[in-house]
Amino acid sequence: MIGVISYLIFFVTVASILSIAVLGLNLQWGNTGLFNGGVAAFIGAGAYGLVILGGTAQPDHLGGYGLFYPLALLGGMIVAGILAWLVGILTMRLRHDYLAIATFGVAVAFENFMRNSDKISGGAKGIRGFERPFEAFIGDPFYFSIGFFIFAMTMLVLVYIFLEKLIRSPFGRLLRAIREDETAAQSLGKNPGSIRLKAFVAGSMIMGLAGGLYATFYAFISPQDILPTLTFQIWAMLIVGGAGNNKGAIAGAFLIWGVWTLSGWGLSRFAPLEAQLYAGTIQYILIGVIIVGMLLWRPQGLFPEKLVVSQTGDRAQS
Amino acid sequence: MASDILTTRDLTTKFGSFCAVDSVSLSLRKGSITGLIGPNGAGKSTLFNTLTGTLKPTSGQVFLGDADISGLSPDRLFKKGLVRTFQIPRPFARMSVLENVMLSPAQQTGEKIFGSIFRPDIVRRQEQEYRTKALEILDFVTLDKLADQAAGELSGGQTKLLELARVLMGDASIILLDEPAAGVNPVLTQILIERIEELNRRGMTFLIIEHNMDFIMSHCDPIIAMAQGQLVFQGTAEEAQANKTLLDAYLGAPVNA
Ligand SMILES: Nc1ncnc2c1ncn2[C@@H]1O[C@H](COP(=O)(O)OP(=O)(O)OP(=O)(O)O)[C@@H](O)[C@H]1O
Ligand SMILES: [Mg+2]
Repeated sequence: MIGVISYLIFFVTVASILSIAVLGLNLQWGNTGLFNGGVAAFIGAGAYGLVILGGTAQPDHLGGYGLFYPLALLGGMIVAGILAWLVGILTMRLRHDYLAIATFGVAVAFENFMRNSDKISGGAKGIRGFERPFEAFIGDPFYFSIGFFIFAMTMLVLVYIFLEKLIRSPFGRLLRAIREDETAAQSLGKNPGSIRLKAFVAGSMIMGLAGGLYATFYAFISPQDILPTLTFQIWAMLIVGGAGNNKGAIAGAFLIWGVWTLSGWGLSRFAPLEAQLYAGTIQYILIGVIIVGMLLWRPQGLFPEKLVVSQTGDRAQS
Repeated sequence: MASDILTTRDLTTKFGSFCAVDSVSLSLRKGSITGLIGPNGAGKSTLFNTLTGTLKPTSGQVFLGDADISGLSPDRLFKKGLVRTFQIPRPFARMSVLENVMLSPAQQTGEKIFGSIFRPDIVRRQEQEYRTKALEILDFVTLDKLADQAAGELSGGQTKLLELARVLMGDASIILLDEPAAGVNPVLTQILIERIEELNRRGMTFLIIEHNMDFIMSHCDPIIAMAQGQLVFQGTAEEAQANKTLLDAYLGAPVNA
């Protein structure tokens, strides 16, 4: 029984963290139409940022600043934000497929940099031994996992509320206008370049938060955690859930993560041994098939974007 | 001249070696409704694009009053009161009609991330103000019933009216309309003309491209004409109708004959 409960707690904790990353991507793609092909880099920036800033002393690479946890988490977000800003000012003129290719390249470069710069990131073996806040104090790993589960869920709810407020505000209207027709928006006095940069940085900082939480949860980060396949998974979640809809982004994260873990479990349990060698590959094929199926039968996702209409919100008060 | 609000000097826009706007020098009288006519491909829309910053001129200048505005971006020109609509409408398709219109006001507090989260009172007050104004404008262009519909679902004529509504929502002093009546039914066209004249009485200057000759001849003064990138005529409606060269241009015959 406790086994099932702790597994569920593990499942929901990871799903919540992934949801935060998908929400960040939704701000960029769903609301603004920015194709970020390098999601893994921004998750990675947040994760490495947190571990380096908030971790304990490290003998042979950067880190060990032992920053107060919330500050380290924020620091990771800022690292992701700075990376996004740099990538942004260099690539915001590139649109659509060009932006996708450029950001994909950045993510590959980021991963390789982390893998090879032993002095900064511990190289291929990553950075171990992050002291998780309150872990020593709580003691019992089961109670700690409950505590962290509540923390991750709370962060998800906060990010969700923040984004819902944001996209229903005039800022959200601006993002949608840029997504729909940049030329028209510019002729109505809006500056597309600066707006796209803002959305790109904000979305990437949210991905950085997800990365920080991820590294906290595993108390460990390595280049293996930020492969291009992570970008693919986050995209799959958004497409299946419904781009442009924050509820859909979360639903997609839970669903795809569910399919992922369930199929992993099923394969290890029932598949013949030869097939188990390729379990990971089979899982990716499965996700790929789901994406193709969604695009064929329900391209707008499980929860399509809703039109903002005048009856909602503050009109009633006038 | 002091009463000229928009002036161009030898304005030229080339696509490669092709001269779509060929050293055009014109001036718009403040408070006028100027009609711009010319055969298909004459360079009218390209002139609009060059005046409003969508295209950079190859050479020549544009002045707003005395200020040189050549090559400024469309968003900067919008803030200076120079706005335009597009020949092929560009609605924000997956946004409601009301949202399309509420986008226009400049300097919205809620357009900043900080403002949208931490200044809820100011944002709410502004939104109420914009919503009221937007609904008035939608009423003005007869789209009020469709305020909550997705702009992508409007008919061709309705999107033309939406384009007009969006520019009216900004505080423009000069409005450039590219074929506002194309695809709009005669009843709506009549309404459109009344609206334009009413706005004109309130002091707005218009430059209007139209192929509808009734529209041009009875409501625009002066009329200017382009053919093959060049300015070929400038005068009143009567003069236009009496002008042989102009009629030739419209029939596609060589200019300067
Ligand atoms: N982006 C472009 N690249 C190359 N050529 C262009 C471009 N835009 C317009 N042209 C050419 O410039 C010329 C003028 O086009 P423009 O659209 O300004 O004509 P117009 O007077 O508005 O015609 P219409 O009445 O059909 O709208 C045409 O020959 C057109 O093919
Ligand atoms: Mg044209």
